[in-house]
Amino acid sequence: MKTPNKSRDLTLTTAAVGLLLVFLWWANGHLDNYKIQVLNLIAINSILALSLNLIYGFTGMFSLGHAGFMAIGAYVSSLLILPPVQKEMIYILQPLIWPFSVLQAPFFIAVLAGGFAAALLGLIIAIPVLRLGGDYLGIATLGFAEIIRVVFTNLTPITNGALGLKGIPNYANIWWNYGWCLLTLFFLIRLINSNFGNVLKAIRDDEVAARAMGINTFKYRVVSFSIGAFFAGIGGALMASLITTIDPKMFSFLLTFNVLMIVVAGGLGSLTGSIIGSAVITVLLEWLRFVENPIDIGSFHLDGIPGMRMVIFSLLLILIILFRREGIMGMREFSWDSLINRFSRGGEAR
Amino acid sequence: MSLDMFIQHLFNALTLGSLYGLIAIGYTMVYGILRLINFAHGDIFMLGAYFVFFGVTLTKLPWGIAVILAVALSALCGIVIDRIAYRPLRDAPRISALISAIGVSFFIENLGLVVFTGLPKPVYRPDWLVEIITLGNIRILPLALIVPAIAFALVMGLLWIVYKTKPGLAMRSISKDIETTRLMGVSVDKIIALTFGLGSALAAASGIMWALRYPQIHPFMGVFPGFKAFIAAVLGGIGSIQGAMIGGMLLGLIEIMAVAFFPALSGYRDAFAFILLIVILLMKPTGLMGEKLEEKV
Repeated sequence: MKTPNKSRDLTLTTAAVGLLLVFLWWANGHLDNYKIQVLNLIAINSILALSLNLIYGFTGMFSLGHAGFMAIGAYVSSLLILPPVQKEMIYILQPLIWPFSVLQAPFFIAVLAGGFAAALLGLIIAIPVLRLGGDYLGIATLGFAEIIRVVFTNLTPITNGALGLKGIPNYANIWWNYGWCLLTLFFLIRLINSNFGNVLKAIRDDEVAARAMGINTFKYRVVSFSIGAFFAGIGGALMASLITTIDPKMFSFLLTFNVLMIVVAGGLGSLTGSIIGSAVITVLLEWLRFVENPIDIGSFHLDGIPGMRMVIFSLLLILIILFRREGIMGMREFSWDSLINRFSRGGEAR
Repeated sequence: MSLDMFIQHLFNALTLGSLYGLIAIGYTMVYGILRLINFAHGDIFMLGAYFVFFGVTLTKLPWGIAVILAVALSALCGIVIDRIAYRPLRDAPRISALISAIGVSFFIENLGLVVFTGLPKPVYRPDWLVEIITLGNIRILPLALIVPAIAFALVMGLLWIVYKTKPGLAMRSISKDIETTRLMGVSVDKIIALTFGLGSALAAASGIMWALRYPQIHPFMGVFPGFKAFIAAVLGGIGSIQGAMIGGMLLGLIEIMAVAFFPALSGYRDAFAFILLIVILLMKPTGLMGEKLEEKV
């Protein structure tokens, strides 16, 4: 086995990030708004998928509560970036109560606050719920996400109830989104490859054995869950600012499911997979919109069928899980070594 | 609150509870055998209601025959879903089957949206089911008596199948140890298909009665009753048929009574089930009637 060449990898990584930035700069100037929107969604979905992958793929905690954490992040950050005048305008049922009506923060701080609020909630939820295992944990976290949604629908003086928030400033441009995405990725790579990450993987593979080795598994699971919740909050905050309108209905189980779908399609326990999965699924979902538009094939006219997109999408999901259940990457990760080995014939392969 | 009102609420709760209970049984049987949360179960509930709707409006069948056909068709749907989406994943990690189940659920809901359209449809109700009867000051629908009675009869029938027949014995055996059961010469896949068929038939029966009680149907009508029924199954202890029924009743009682006594909470109604679930799971992680599972090393 070759020793990993650290300085070479660092150079290559820097070059790749540079290349990405050049591409984004080009895309920002040359692509139309719709394509840029798709690029933005890829970044945000990556953040969400990476965070769920940390909880489920690397620590083995089956959590279906992502939509709840996203909702917290989205609402906290949106309340902080909405100008007070705008807030007065949209709260028509009941006025917004005091601290929130005047609080204001720059975008970066607002997003960070959204993340921390979600992490705090994650911590509060984790301490009772993580005593459960397996499917029960999934159902309990799903329950918490639903409770958050119902509470947000009814907490009109803070959340504006079912009407939701409109006209959220559109600060989340391509630079913010990809900046946060790279930050998330970098943080998680460091975390997964650290001793802490090894403990998480040990817990995933066999919790009883990990406990027998003297690891306080509960503590590690709680921390991992909260970090996942943090990045889910960040993703929710960016998403809110990207689409500028949020309401509690948006944060239903469907949203969690989309993220879970990306993680599984990419490969559970593979960060690379989550990124690739985000790109593939986001583009696929957008591309599938064509089935809902009218189609003309020669003299044959097909009316667009609303809802058909999700029919095809769910069918694809079933096919993926039936025929390639480990996803695109399985548990493998991208590394420069494997890439170079693939392209250098006659090199010392393996 | 007057006693009369209370009794009316009690009947409502009993109706809702038996409807939850009937769905919950399907969840609990499938989970007991395969350790799979069959997310598509709530959609079978929806299909049952739609089959009756189309039986009555499109093919002009008499209502009673439409109901029987709808239950049979729904049972078939359950079996087909198992055959296509779950059976190939028997040896896969459990998450795979779960995701397949979520996929099937979305597929049915969205196909429903395409085929049935999203517009809620009004449901035909035979007159004798909805003429209000008055007992003293209590005014109730005949449905409020008939639904719990039918639910009770169906559960009794199911218990008879599970505890007194050979296929029932095989089902119980699979839920203890699927490998050994296979070695004993039981055709495991057939028994699992039977389980899906029975569970789906009960869900369809529940869906049909639900549509009589709340006479509007739409493609997503099964989502929330489905979630809540699963919670009812967990409350009662997953794997236990009686437990599922008790869990369903408990849930129906809490939802109706909490709103009846504290009308201010009505906006939070959909959260009750989840709060109850979390509280019970924390106190007794395997549900009220569930067996204690030891962690094996």
